Amino acid sequence: MPEQLFQFLVTGITIGSLYALVGLGFALIYNASDVVNFAQGEFVMLGAMTAIALLNAGLPLLVAAVIATLLTVGVGLLLERFAIEPAAGASVVTTIIITIGAAIFLRGVALLLWGKDFHSLKPFSGDAPIQIGGATVLPQSLWVLGVTVVLVALVRAFFNRTLLGKALLACAFNRTAAQAVGINVKVMLRLAYGLSAGLGALAGILIAPITFSSYEAGVMLGLKGFSAAIVGGIGNPMGAVAGGVLLGVLEALGAGLVSSGYKDAIAFLFVLMVLFFEPTGLFGHKASERV
Amino acid sequence: MKRWSHAFGAVLLLLAGIGLVHAADPIKIGSFLTVTGPASFLGDPELKTLQMYVEELNAKGGVKGRKLELIHYDTGGNAKDAVNFVKRLIKNDNVDLLIGGTTTGDTMAVIPDVEKEGIPFISLAGGVEIIEPVKKWVFKTPHTDRMAAAKIFEDLRKRGLNKIALITGDGGFDKSGRAQILKLAPDYGITLVADESYGNKDTDMTAQLTKIRSSDAQAIINFGLGQAPAIVTKNIKQLGITLPLYQSHGVASKTFIDLAGDAAEGVRLPAAALVVAAQLPDADPQKPVLLAYQSRYEAKHGPVSTFGGHAYDGLMIAVAAIERAGGPDKAKVRDEIEKTSGSIGTAGVFNMSPQDHMGLNLDAFKLLEIRNGAWKIVD
Repeated sequence: MPEQLFQFLVTGITIGSLYALVGLGFALIYNASDVVNFAQGEFVMLGAMTAIALLNAGLPLLVAAVIATLLTVGVGLLLERFAIEPAAGASVVTTIIITIGAAIFLRGVALLLWGKDFHSLKPFSGDAPIQIGGATVLPQSLWVLGVTVVLVALVRAFFNRTLLGKALLACAFNRTAAQAVGINVKVMLRLAYGLSAGLGALAGILIAPITFSSYEAGVMLGLKGFSAAIVGGIGNPMGAVAGGVLLGVLEALGAGLVSSGYKDAIAFLFVLMVLFFEPTGLFGHKASERV
Repeated sequence: MKRWSHAFGAVLLLLAGIGLVHAADPIKIGSFLTVTGPASFLGDPELKTLQMYVEELNAKGGVKGRKLELIHYDTGGNAKDAVNFVKRLIKNDNVDLLIGGTTTGDTMAVIPDVEKEGIPFISLAGGVEIIEPVKKWVFKTPHTDRMAAAKIFEDLRKRGLNKIALITGDGGFDKSGRAQILKLAPDYGITLVADESYGNKDTDMTAQLTKIRSSDAQAIINFGLGQAPAIVTKNIKQLGITLPLYQSHGVASKTFIDLAGDAAEGVRLPAAALVVAAQLPDADPQKPVLLAYQSRYEAKHGPVSTFGGHAYDGLMIAVAAIERAGGPDKAKVRDEIEKTSGSIGTAGVFNMSPQDHMGLNLDAFKLLEIRNGAWKIVD
């Protein structure tokens, strides 16, 4: 039984890291603009699909991954420049609707480019399972965990230690005041979109060998990542990471210990409970209006 | 009232007159398939097949000197849309027969309308409930999930395995397959020691499989469609489970082997002969039909799947019935479809009867094993 439990945990943490990366993307854009970007899942899909296409075209994995990430960052920037920026004065809800439209558009483009089939990416370092104390782990899961830890650390350092990161945070706290002290809010917004597109793409490339990808793979991932961000307290990047891992572990434990049929229900029930008792999320800032 | 019925009669006569004048009107085939959405990998090759062969039949001069016209609507896998489209096909487009219904859900939803209007309908979905009990106007060409379950159980019996673990998705195909497995298992002396499920969009099934690993199952059966069975297959290898794995005919396409990669080695599944056409003995009467369909489809659209084959079978059975009936008269065509016998299709040899509106027997399924990334016939 302890072995089983350990296996469930390993599974949960792997999937949870993915939710965490997607949730992190949500948190970044929310931080910069108060907008929930529903095209976040599509960034994940785009990263995975472009990497697969480039790899099939004969490029080495690393090059394909880098180009795919850069291309997705480009898409994120274009999205900001041509869909979000023109609606600068619009309400938050309008902007959210724009991102939903963008998500549908990106899905359509992917459908035209790559068809409806599922595509798989070769694991980075083989797929012979590794035994760790009664549980088996795929080398790819270690990749997912390792890169997630590095990315999370980088994002944290970016916000806490760099001027650029602090400027981005300043926009989140008070856009007008940020502008007044000379921060270019427009540039910051582009930065946020570019960054979260890049994070999404990396998540997609990491997970593609385990879960495959298709033009609509982003929908469910987006939903789960969004839940992760909500649980953690939206706008708190580290909260989103914790929320993602928590959600993944709960899903795995739910499927393993209770019933596989109810595993999504268990995860979403948990999200509801959190919102019920802690509306700002587990790690969210308590809302306080400054006068 | 009487005057009205006279007027009505006159209009009818007039319409009949128009009908005579335009005797060379096309024969209209109505179709509703799931070309988009989760089951698109079924509906997409079906539509391509129908379009390709309607075009080809027309180039050869059509059926009974009349061209065929294909009228198609995409249901997106939504049963409500399927019902609306079928009503439109029957009432507005005035089609002569229906070929379609990619999923069992779509098909079952439209059956009440089809039966009420009295129009021949050949379904392309797998569920056994479509033809059991027999419905007057409804036929189908794909194998049923009960046949798939029976084929797997036969092989298990041969290998002397009787404790199985079942893992299925949450779609209609999965649930119907699970029901058939539960129903048939006692007949083959097989007991289920685990019965797990997953969501078809899930990306990891190791939790469920860990439970199966700790059971005393001797084999695993996975009934599902799309990418989920490939993930199950990979997860099984990842967990170091070495039990024989059986998949359903739902994954009988090259995509499954591509996705599951090395993990697919040794997986067994029942499938139509289409995927192994080239391996059949030359004496097999199905071989020329299969190879002809395969080469024609692949020349235009890439690798064949058995699903497009079901559409081919449906169209050919319909066309043969129209020819025997001398025209698209609905009642006559229905009777002729029911009399289909010895018709060699991609799914097998069809012998329909008033009791059997599918007409395939268990021989139509081959048991395949994946070896070195390719299908091999085991039985």
